[in-house]
Amino acid sequence: MSTRRTFAKWLVALGVLHGIVVCAGFFAPYDPVEQDRKSPYLPPTRLHLVDANGHIHVRPFAYSVRLREGSFDQYEEDTTEPHPVKFFLNGARYGLLGFLPCRMHFFGAEDTRIYLLGTDAYGRDQFSRFLFGGQVSLLAGLLGAGLTLLLGLCFGAVAGYYGGWRDSVLMRFAELFLALPWLYLLFALRAFLPLVVGPLEAFFLIIAVIGAVGWARPGRLVRGVVLSAKERDFVRAARGFGASNGYLLRRHILPETSSVLLTQAAILIPQYVLAEMTLSFLGLGVPEPASSWGNLLSSLQQYSVLVSYWWMYLPALIMVPFFLGYLGLASSLQERGEAYKIEMSSLGGLT
Amino acid sequence: MRYLLRRLGHALLLLVGVSVLTFLFTALAPGTYFDEMRMNPQIAPETVAALRAQYGLDKPLPLRYLSWLSSLLHGEMGFSFAYNSSVAPLLLVRARNTLLLTITSTLLAWMVALPLGIWSAERAGRLPDRLLSWGTALLLVIPDLALALGLLVFSVRSGWFPTGGMASVGFEALSPFNKLRDLALHMILPVMALVLSTLPLLVRHVRAAVADVLNAPFLLAALGHGIPKRTLLYRYALPAAANPLISLFGFSIGVLLSGSLLIEVVMSWPGLGPLLLEAILSRDLYVVIGGILFSTFFLVGGNLLADLLLYLADPRIRTESSAR
Repeated sequence: MSTRRTFAKWLVALGVLHGIVVCAGFFAPYDPVEQDRKSPYLPPTRLHLVDANGHIHVRPFAYSVRLREGSFDQYEEDTTEPHPVKFFLNGARYGLLGFLPCRMHFFGAEDTRIYLLGTDAYGRDQFSRFLFGGQVSLLAGLLGAGLTLLLGLCFGAVAGYYGGWRDSVLMRFAELFLALPWLYLLFALRAFLPLVVGPLEAFFLIIAVIGAVGWARPGRLVRGVVLSAKERDFVRAARGFGASNGYLLRRHILPETSSVLLTQAAILIPQYVLAEMTLSFLGLGVPEPASSWGNLLSSLQQYSVLVSYWWMYLPALIMVPFFLGYLGLASSLQERGEAYKIEMSSLGGLT
Repeated sequence: MRYLLRRLGHALLLLVGVSVLTFLFTALAPGTYFDEMRMNPQIAPETVAALRAQYGLDKPLPLRYLSWLSSLLHGEMGFSFAYNSSVAPLLLVRARNTLLLTITSTLLAWMVALPLGIWSAERAGRLPDRLLSWGTALLLVIPDLALALGLLVFSVRSGWFPTGGMASVGFEALSPFNKLRDLALHMILPVMALVLSTLPLLVRHVRAAVADVLNAPFLLAALGHGIPKRTLLYRYALPAAANPLISLFGFSIGVLLSGSLLIEVVMSWPGLGPLLLEAILSRDLYVVIGGILFSTFFLVGGNLLADLLLYLADPRIRTESSAR
């Protein structure tokens, strides 16, 4: 009972986080690709409650910011006029959920801009880019995990149900895939696919690569479940009544694998989000100007950014709750389905 | 003995399988290193074709694989177009650096994880154990990439450790002792990133394995005989819990190899990682294949080592294989 409750808790937490990312246009104050060439590498906007004259405000406010005299990346606040933070105000156009035209944003300020996480080299709002990048990264993880589970389900079911030579060939193949360090495998697959592609193609390419790499582990787990399920009495009874192979698999055997697949999904999705991040970070993934969590961090590869603009690192910290949610979900699922022993290695296979 | 031979044969087959697989991937690859030359109006198409023929890129795949195998036997592993030399010497230097990093971090991670896991298993369910499990959960959810970048940001801002590379400027002029010190200083950050990224996994498994054993009747009996706690934990409980941990040891090498690929690029450590990335970007075919094969070789080696340890540690495996 209590494990079911913790499961629900984690699921709700993840749902909220993903909801924010899905409605990125609403929660992000600005357009993620809109450039503000006059304020590159602006540090996070400071929100005040006490103004320069010592008056206390109920509503937090920000000062507008200008370049310091004779500097190109040092800013100072213009303390003459406070700009209060407003909620539900109109701003840049966006499509809510991708298609509903909309102008309302969750927060912002009039006459000045609020950059919660600062701006990048082109003066783009890092917070907006984080939210929109999350759409790319999380969707890649989700679809990649879906593809892997589909492959694993097919191969595992064939190997487990039909057995014989199909089983041995597929399982030898799975061993081969498990033997390679999987980041190297990911690289190998990526290496031999076109390098320069459009954002959308790159996105699907990455999903295909990431999804294809990991099928071996869920495949083996599914095979194990199918092996035990096909000897169960009700399956034999159904076979005795003349059920066909396809019917047996569809109706009686594959539903047995759902618990394993669910747990694997909770483990694979964050792992694949990380994989997408890694590829994009190294420039093998989603190209600019589209943002993803990986290429958001890739500017940190430059030493100068590392030294002077520490806030470029903040997105890395903000994504941690997402991974925490998935870890919690996975472990509560594992507790719930103790009957299905999860392979020792699967929890830690984040790298 | 037969057990070990069988494992060795298995490992060899695996390596062959991986090499065939990577070659199959290359067959799917659109374009080669010479594609950019083809775009260049100053280079005649005949020259490009001649180059392709010279390196055997126009031959069918099985033939290419065979000639690669023969060059492997000559200790060359094919030819790097970008470096204009055979692949093996290129990779060896880089592989040495990668090994230096992975072996150090494997040893260090285990040296920390074993006592920590045992310590926490002994206090299972109590406050220190719960704190530790929260700590490991936190480390587990911080992505490797974020961890490595965080360490970089931290060290750049504090200036405590050198960031990037493997040696300072003027490394050659240093005395042997100072050379060692310089190398150690440069290793701190990447090793720390690798250790921290594998530590939670190891601690959790050590804790689980030891906690399992601690409930066994023979340990209760040993406790009743008045054997000191420390001896009990390290001489009695640890060997009994060793088997899954030894398998985990082999597995942890693979995790660290994958991890070091990324960490090396982030921290610009001159190992296999940056070379592989560069080769992928320039389509330097044989370097990619060689790099992947090298890493598989290490992984398989690590697993073989784990098998050997298992053989030495567990008499059951020895008798089983000699009885057969």
